[in-house]
Amino acid sequence: MINRTHNEKAWLLVLPVVILVAFNAVIPLMTVVNYSFQETFGNNQFFWEGVKWYEQVLNSERFHQALGRQIFFTATILIIEIPLGIAIALCMPKKGIGVSICLVLMALPLLIPWNVVGAMWNIFALPDIGLLGRMINGLGIDYNFTQQPIAAWLTVVLMDVWHWTSLVVLLCYAGLCAIPDAYYQAARIDGANRWQIFRFIQLPKLKRVLIIAVLLRFMDSFMIYTEPFVLTGGGPGNTTTFLSIDLAKIALGQFDLGPAAAMSLIYFIMILLFCWVFYTLMMRDESEQ
Amino acid sequence: MFSLTWMAWTWPTAAFFIVIALLITTMILLERKYPGGSPRRGVFGLDTTRGDRLFISLLSAAIIHLAWLGIIGTPLWGALIISLLFAAFVFKFV
Repeated sequence: MINRTHNEKAWLLVLPVVILVAFNAVIPLMTVVNYSFQETFGNNQFFWEGVKWYEQVLNSERFHQALGRQIFFTATILIIEIPLGIAIALCMPKKGIGVSICLVLMALPLLIPWNVVGAMWNIFALPDIGLLGRMINGLGIDYNFTQQPIAAWLTVVLMDVWHWTSLVVLLCYAGLCAIPDAYYQAARIDGANRWQIFRFIQLPKLKRVLIIAVLLRFMDSFMIYTEPFVLTGGGPGNTTTFLSIDLAKIALGQFDLGPAAAMSLIYFIMILLFCWVFYTLMMRDESEQ
Repeated sequence: MFSLTWMAWTWPTAAFFIVIALLITTMILLERKYPGGSPRRGVFGLDTTRGDRLFISLLSAAIIHLAWLGIIGTPLWGALIISLLFAAFVFKFV
């Protein structure tokens, strides 16, 4: 029988990350929880309000509308970006000089700061001076994202697809490159066509990276703030005011820290719930297989 | 002097975090006494450890309280009772 030696001193090695997480996540989260039960008028003076802010946010029409827009936006970009990312990854070369070129091109949008992406697309899509805006109007289509809600939505979605599909592509490409050649050889021997190779070899092997891709894109798109804020400012009207933009308006514009804290915690719990359900279902499916 | 005024602590919120800290400490002590996290497959077909079951209970409690507040309103005693019953169910069967 082997006697295992336990050395608890190894836990000290995780101490730096514990301190880091405490300062950048746990302490701010605790503060938000504290604020969500109180009212403040500044000067570090707080007044206990109980669960009033939660009740107010949960029954607020403004919150329901922002949540609806947020869910619709997230669903739209996931439906577009995931299949598009897989398709582009499948088309990318597996060897040769083309690999480096494709990887650099794919990585470029990811390297651009979020506010710059918003500013770029703002200028690009302006109906009078922007290349995209002028081109669409030149085709005879009336397009003005600063005044038309549908045009604003299309521009925001297009911008997000341009910015973030690359992430899905790179993840899927890494997953595809990790599939051993033996699988393809076996498929060729069995006479499998292109669709069957994708359906029964590539897609199952991509499952893990797709879980990561969907989770990352879900979380990022559900918390999106900078790009739409710079592009449309949440307008026209409130048509592109997503949850985070609404939250910033309440917290910073109106300085209503209590309702903003309650809203951000509700927002956090929704994201946590979705991610947990999604991850659990996907992992259960995998363990059953 | 180091001040925590900006964190706006109150006794109810402090009590909430103390309970969470105590639950985590209990988990650590249980893990030392019964290592391995007592994994099992429960009624929903999920593979869970002791920590998973605590996480599910806490997340469910948050959602039950929010749902109660959104649908029924205050007081929250009903939500608390449902949360405790659900936590007992999770630790026993999930």
